Amino acid sequence: MKHTLAVLVENRPGVLTRIAGLFARRGYNIDSLAVGRTDNPLISRMTIVVDGDDRVIEQVSKQLYKLIDVIKLTDITNDEYVDREMILIKVNADPAIRGEIMQIVEIFRARIVDIGRNSLIIEATGDEGKINAIESALRPFGIREVVRTGKIAMSRGPKHKNGKSQELL
Amino acid sequence: MGITGAQALIKFLEEEHVKYIFGYPGGAVLALYDAILESKKIKHVLVRQEQAAVHAASGYARVTGRPGVCLATSGPGATNLVTGLATAYMDSIPVVAITGQVGTDMIGTDAFQEVDIFGITMPITKHNYLVKDVNDLPKVVKEAFHIASTGRPGPVLIDIPKNVSGAVFDYQPPGPVDLRGYKPTYKGHPAQIKNLAKFIQEAERPVILAGGGVISSNANEELYALAEKINAPVTTTLMGLGAFPEDHQLSLGMLGLHGTPYANYAVTNCDLLISLGVRFDDRVISVASKFAPQAKIVHIDIDPAEIGKNVIVDLPIVGDVRLVLEELLKKVTKKEHHSWLQQVKAWKESHPMVYGNLSQLRPQYVIEKLGELTRGKAIITTDVGQHQMWAAQFYKFTKPRSFISSGGLGTMGYGFPAAVGAQLASPDSLVVAITGDGSFQMNMAEMGTATEQCLPIKILLFNNSYLSLVRQLQHFLCGKRYCGVEFTGNPDFVQLANSYPGAVGLRIEKPEDVEPVLKEAINNGKLTVIECRVSEEELVYPVVPPGRSLDEMIHYPVEEGGTNE
Repeated sequence: MKHTLAVLVENRPGVLTRIAGLFARRGYNIDSLAVGRTDNPLISRMTIVVDGDDRVIEQVSKQLYKLIDVIKLTDITNDEYVDREMILIKVNADPAIRGEIMQIVEIFRARIVDIGRNSLIIEATGDEGKINAIESALRPFGIREVVRTGKIAMSRGPKHKNGKSQELL
Repeated sequence: MGITGAQALIKFLEEEHVKYIFGYPGGAVLALYDAILESKKIKHVLVRQEQAAVHAASGYARVTGRPGVCLATSGPGATNLVTGLATAYMDSIPVVAITGQVGTDMIGTDAFQEVDIFGITMPITKHNYLVKDVNDLPKVVKEAFHIASTGRPGPVLIDIPKNVSGAVFDYQPPGPVDLRGYKPTYKGHPAQIKNLAKFIQEAERPVILAGGGVISSNANEELYALAEKINAPVTTTLMGLGAFPEDHQLSLGMLGLHGTPYANYAVTNCDLLISLGVRFDDRVISVASKFAPQAKIVHIDIDPAEIGKNVIVDLPIVGDVRLVLEELLKKVTKKEHHSWLQQVKAWKESHPMVYGNLSQLRPQYVIEKLGELTRGKAIITTDVGQHQMWAAQFYKFTKPRSFISSGGLGTMGYGFPAAVGAQLASPDSLVVAITGDGSFQMNMAEMGTATEQCLPIKILLFNNSYLSLVRQLQHFLCGKRYCGVEFTGNPDFVQLANSYPGAVGLRIEKPEDVEPVLKEAINNGKLTVIECRVSEEELVYPVVPPGRSLDEMIHYPVEEGGTNE
């Protein structure tokens, strides 16, 4: 089963390597890893999606937490949370079929962010299901290039799991 | 008043009561060596290869319980530390390694003697640093010592570019260490400790399994008190040897692949296994699903990540072993286990630790004699191989921090440099490095270091011109097809020893030589190599075959006259 981990880490050189390296050498499979700094410039937040049974996830969490640079780690899989991913898709788009593509973009509430002579770049955000759906809807036109950010996630409601600096310092 | 980064570092090491730095100089650490020269409190021990520096620091740390310090230059100097850091990491030994680095302006340019030791050592250190600003140096060094020696101990590396160690700055003493992401749990959960007391109350066949964590938390007295109070037999892992006196009637000796038969039987048949500071290595448990199948397993460890990693436990307690046992002792009442202890005694009598007769020189006999002559009180360091297992099996350890060996990584070449650190840590102790001809040759250049430091280490060398533990594996697993395990180019080790100033070489060829030669070596006050010519046929027994449970071990073969009479 896929688990979503929210990990607060020190914003320092080498931290990403430490975390990615830990996954690699212990044989855990990262599905996606998204990282950026929080409102506190000294702290970054990672959203890590990892696949495994409960024992694997427990080990992953404990091993991650052992790293000195990991400040806090929460498995939010069973919480109510909002998650988003962003995708940019460059798709073949002869002028004759642009209308059809624009309809699809409309349906997914996505946006066209660039137009080339024979191609379009489409930007979409949403949960993983939506992103997968728009990707497959556009596939018949011929996808030239795809870039996805990986999932970012945040628990709903008043819980402070998003690295509020006043809580930590 | 400004001082250099290097001076600040040495000043801090002095404040940490560091007495020795094991190291090897180079271009990127010139400022550090210059600063050492000014120190009256710190002595530099020049090794012959950097790997020995980190092993010596680790030997020093294992004996004293305080961080050992080693120093190497950038590039090859730094990479030579890798094996020793991994060794210390696997065995949770506090070591602070300092490496030089090319100047910050040159980092990333593939400069002469540049290597990314920060990246290389990430997976084999508890934590590591690359210091890019001299103003960060005091804080980093303080954190490094804190991290290395608290919680679950481990090695920490500090990589210092040469312009940083050479930079003059306004030294400000670092404040208290406060790391947001590092707050080890020392006290065990009271409810869990209460549950353990209840488990103990209900158990009829308890066994205590003591690991290296008992030694690093200095919990041997609490362990002793618990064992006596609840009358539970005690077995140890390799790393736990010495945590419980082996001359005690409750001692079962070592558990595992080459453990004693009675320890392996006891654990397989116990109904409660109280595991203290162990990590359930595969050499200890063999097959996880068949390990202690009838027992409730209790696991006390300071590192939560160890709990449930290799063995599923019924009762986890995260905390420092000593503090948890202290609390536990208040909650348990005296228990007797007459029939269980009778059963354990019967196993000891029916399956004692034996070896072949003395028609030839047996390494087990030599080690047993050494144990008798030193009354189990010497500091024994070992390399890795058959000799290591025999030392673990036949030397009766009676005190903690007296068995210094590479348990987790199984590092050949560890024992002798570790003995250098151990002897400096405890100058009045008899330090014996037990080794084989294969292992000794990996770091025998350290004879020079030991000579220079006037260390009266005894090197008990079992020479059969074979890499005999690998030969043993090929014997059992490859149908005796021996490949790459014979040494035909061995030196005359006695002459080799004699060629070092102040050192001597002795030889044991027959069982009757053992006692007089060992006595001579013990009393001569000199660095001594005692070469024992032993048969290549000797195998380590008992042995648990791969995939089998601990009680399915192969005993010493009867046809070979298993006896220690």
